[in-house]
Amino acid sequence: MSDDARIAVRAAGVGKIFPAKAGDVVALTEVDLTVSAGEFVSLIGPSGCGKSTLLRLIADLDAATSGELEVFGKSAHQARIDQDYGIAFQQAGLLPWRTVAGNIELPLELHGMSRAARAARVAELAELVGLTDFVDRHPDQLSGGMQQRVAIARALAEQPRLLLMDEPFGALDEMTREYLQSELARIAADTGAAVVFVTHSIPEAVFLSDRVVVMSPRPGRITAILPTDLGERDEALRESPAYFERVTAVREALHGAPVERANER
Amino acid sequence: MRSKRSTAAIWGVLGVVAVLAIWELYKLLGPSEGLVVGAVDGQTGSGVMLLPRTNDRAMPHVWDMVARLFQSASGGNTPPLIVPVVTAALTTLGIAAAGWIIGVLVGALLGLVMQRWRLAEWGLLPWIVVSQTVPLIAFAPLVASIGTQIDRGGTPWPQWLSVAVIASYLAFFPVAVGVLRGLEAPDRIHLDLMRSYAVGYWPTLLRLRLPAAVPHLLPALRLAAANAVVGAVVAEVSIGMRGGIGRMLIQLAGQGSSDPAAPWGPTLGSIALGLVAAGSVALLGIGLKNYRRGEATA
Repeated sequence: MSDDARIAVRAAGVGKIFPAKAGDVVALTEVDLTVSAGEFVSLIGPSGCGKSTLLRLIADLDAATSGELEVFGKSAHQARIDQDYGIAFQQAGLLPWRTVAGNIELPLELHGMSRAARAARVAELAELVGLTDFVDRHPDQLSGGMQQRVAIARALAEQPRLLLMDEPFGALDEMTREYLQSELARIAADTGAAVVFVTHSIPEAVFLSDRVVVMSPRPGRITAILPTDLGERDEALRESPAYFERVTAVREALHGAPVERANER
Repeated sequence: MRSKRSTAAIWGVLGVVAVLAIWELYKLLGPSEGLVVGAVDGQTGSGVMLLPRTNDRAMPHVWDMVARLFQSASGGNTPPLIVPVVTAALTTLGIAAAGWIIGVLVGALLGLVMQRWRLAEWGLLPWIVVSQTVPLIAFAPLVASIGTQIDRGGTPWPQWLSVAVIASYLAFFPVAVGVLRGLEAPDRIHLDLMRSYAVGYWPTLLRLRLPAAVPHLLPALRLAAANAVVGAVVAEVSIGMRGGIGRMLIQLAGQGSSDPAAPWGPTLGSIALGLVAAGSVALLGIGLKNYRRGEATA
């Protein structure tokens, strides 16, 4: 494997400044982060820490003001043009006039895949997210959790090597949330895609991630990167001492991080 | 859903019945020569009328209006009034439809251009708004005379085309504004999504902006239809075109003192005309109901 293919995201000294009338707002400063292929990395931190901004920079929805940002060894812009990533947001963002199948196949349709190939791929994806019986429904006939599953299927439609998720479960109830976390862990393992996952929830970050990136606001920056080393993601993990230990570690890093921890990185 | 719809229908009918009842009730109770304050003796039309007259000349009975429709139009062997009324209404409907189509095309084009280029919105929108403050009465003869000049120049320009153009002048406005607002309706998240798919303006327009614009577009099209009818009727009158319902209204109103129920024929005709026009657009909405999901539907 070439170096480009082993590293999904490489950020070096990345900063983002939003110009404003009352003075420039520094949303991100000096972000150094490397996400390996197939790795699950969560970005966590309080509001305004720039975690969503960082995700948008990787997705090339916004452009970095400074620093270097590479996605699979290319510029973020080129990676977007090449469709190297799939993306899901906090709101499912489904097109209400399209059925579940129509929503899942939207990127395929836009990129000119044939009707037959699309139908086959949609069937696969619907199976993957457990919505086979609902492909003909419209989004307003689905629960919030089901809508979010459609959004995930849509993000996976083109078999991206990188999945970008901006608080995808933020608006869901706790039960649905835990269920979808397990589903996502399974899907990420099955597809082998790298995931950059923005969240507010410490348990969610710990449960899902190989590494948890802790961020801090004013200016938005990375304050700690904690590996979890938890092995297989199953329901038993949620009750294991190792899991609680990591949750505590991330919590400490978030609230008044001890100096030693900052040095560790 | 069905019970909701039938409830709406009942209220609709009740509304019409209420208007008729108020008309007849006032006719029954009101003073037959009206109530005039400060009238000077021997000077007709002086003073301020506080209550309108209720005699049969001023306010014919509702049933007389309906009955008049089925009596001969102008005496002798002429067909019942309803025949020329329907013919005239259909003529005007055709012209209004032409005006509506022109207005929708022009309005949609303006909306597209304004959405595409912010500079065009700044430059065009004020003019579009100002255009609607020009009174139709001032504007109609101008269009008519330009039409006549074109016709004299060798290119055939029938009078009805002038009427259609004037009708389109009222019709394009709600469409231009509706298309502009509609195309800007998609959520940020949907626009981000299209950007993440690295697709350009046209696929975004076709797959996202146009479908998302439908809920804004339908009321605009309905408003445009009503405007086109009003525009066509007024334009017929102001440029003196024969054959339409506008001209007929004026003609029969002139005979009102001798045949008071007659002008109500074309009046009812033009009401029916407006309803048909707006209703046709509502039919469009049924065909597009998938694009109206999430909209609060009555």
